[in-house]
Amino acid sequence: MNFEEHAAKPLLAEAGIAIPEGAVAEDSAAAAGIAARLGPVVVKAQVPAGKRGKAGGIRPADTPEEVAQAAEAILGMTIGGHQVEKVLVESRADIARELYAAVLNDPASRSPLVMFSTRGGMDIEEVAASEPAAVRRLVVDITSGFDKTQAEDLLSGLDLGSAGAAAAEVLAKLYALYRARDAELVEINPLVVTGDGRVVALDCKLALDDGALPRQGDLAEAGAPEPMTGLEARGRELGLRYIELDGPVGVLANGAGLTMTTMDAVVHCGGRPANFLEIGGEAYTKATAALELVLANPRVESLVVNFCGAFARCDVMTEGVVAAWETLKPEIPVFFSIHGTGEDEAVALLKERLDMEPFDLMDDAVKAAIEAAR
Amino acid sequence: MIVRQQDRVLVQGITGRQGSFWTERMQAYGTRVVGGVNPKKAGSEHCGVPVFASAREAMDQGGFDASVLFIPPLAAKDAALDAIEAGAKTLVMLTEFVPVQDVMAILAAARAHGCCVVGPNTAGLVTPGECFVGIMPGFNENIFQPGRIGVISRSGSLGTLLCLNLVRAGFGQSAFIGIGGDPVSGTTMREALERLDADERTDAVVLVGEIGGAKEEEAADYAAGMAKPVVAFIAGRASPPGKKMGHAGAIVMGDQGTHASKKAAFEAAGVRVLDMPSGVGPALSAALAG
Repeated sequence: MNFEEHAAKPLLAEAGIAIPEGAVAEDSAAAAGIAARLGPVVVKAQVPAGKRGKAGGIRPADTPEEVAQAAEAILGMTIGGHQVEKVLVESRADIARELYAAVLNDPASRSPLVMFSTRGGMDIEEVAASEPAAVRRLVVDITSGFDKTQAEDLLSGLDLGSAGAAAAEVLAKLYALYRARDAELVEINPLVVTGDGRVVALDCKLALDDGALPRQGDLAEAGAPEPMTGLEARGRELGLRYIELDGPVGVLANGAGLTMTTMDAVVHCGGRPANFLEIGGEAYTKATAALELVLANPRVESLVVNFCGAFARCDVMTEGVVAAWETLKPEIPVFFSIHGTGEDEAVALLKERLDMEPFDLMDDAVKAAIEAAR
Repeated sequence: MIVRQQDRVLVQGITGRQGSFWTERMQAYGTRVVGGVNPKKAGSEHCGVPVFASAREAMDQGGFDASVLFIPPLAAKDAALDAIEAGAKTLVMLTEFVPVQDVMAILAAARAHGCCVVGPNTAGLVTPGECFVGIMPGFNENIFQPGRIGVISRSGSLGTLLCLNLVRAGFGQSAFIGIGGDPVSGTTMREALERLDADERTDAVVLVGEIGGAKEEEAADYAAGMAKPVVAFIAGRASPPGKKMGHAGAIVMGDQGTHASKKAAFEAAGVRVLDMPSGVGPALSAALAG
């Protein structure tokens, strides 16, 4: 789950990392009102996407009138596919130097990774490519953790002057935040040194591990909702992973790998899938709800049901589909391929209740569904 | 990470619905299940084997080699550490949605204790004709037959489909290793490939990957130096751009993670990449003949 800047920064402040004073506004009058008490500010689009500055979504403003104009221009913009509905109005910092700090889950080392750079405010991958010496990294032993002493070691020799100690402290606090909140990634870019020598987080990107949300209390409520269609939202409510696409061939399969592959097969054989919908894992008993969801998409003209049961039992999934079919009585053609756990029972069920035979090969079920959708 | 018939298997979470269902199937196939764990039912018997309060107790009272976890996500860390600290040689973590930082802590403990973790979010391990550990249909003869092809898969369902296509083409499997679908895994595709490369009963390997992460690219690096033929299928070519990776995550991944990147890495390493899973039989026949 991603957090917009205005939702992430209070967590930095809680962790003891300085942030500029500011507040969120949803219209230009409110933005001007905030600016009236702050003086020179920056008006920043709030969307869970990068490249806001390049898109014109971050603007400095000196007077309440300028702030109102900036907010007017930014609100309603679309950045990275997200419509801007709020702006963050923040005190403008006196920037002497821009740094970069991040802690993230690193699949390669299977450990937390702490990163720091003296070239903040830029794309960190560009810095890493053009000036690798400016980026410091440390793979952390999660059992022993990461404290200020290790942070000082990581930053040693980096010419940070008097800001070095404060920067090390920020890194240690950032690691503590990453651990306490089950972050996948927490990144401050830029982390600035001000004219009077303070170290302040001017931006923050935060992604939490969805698997850990149940133990993070109310934190999920502050996260940014993913943009989704009506059907995708319904899928989410039902606990199903559903993605709406623009083709006519409905896809229902179990497991992420097999569902992606069924979509790949539709495309490979010259068709276009209508959706991604997987009912593997614990969702395999939800076949009835899943089928209703697939059929609710008006573009669907045929359906391929592809089950390869491992944990998910084909008999349970097929029972769900057949029951839904008997209730909904859809008029579109459906083509099955069924193998794996519970296969014999599932095939017998299909024969008895719908008088249908599954295709032996997924390829043939997919080809038949594409043909029927033409 | 290859299970053998003599391996003594402990089932943590044996008394649950899924734990019971799969324990019975493992036993029927020949897996040597020596006990289960449920602190609330310690001292009783389930599926014909004793239920212990902990993996530690199971180790003290007879011992085990491998443990398999039917444990909910937020309880998985404690259960895994129990098994690792008790001395499990292999730990099969089936659970999906285990917090990644918990997984990292489990893997750190496993490194310290010399335990091989498979998963999390794996469907498990199958050695056809001997035993299976996990939630794969090892008992289905259309899908698993003893043979000489090693299979490594991130996905249980897609791995099942590839195994089905192998059997249909007249091949059998020396071992199925489900590495799981999580970003951080106890056994990577490369580590599983190294194991099968060293396995005398394996003539060739099928890699079943998918978009995201860099496991396929790492495996390709190793495959480049292998004498045994390797073929691969990568799911997700037709998928829309998935979950957005964080900015700093992107630097760790570089340009890795797309179908195109993985296909290019495999092909540069001499690994044949299949268009469709049904092509696995002909591709292997050609590779083994060449």
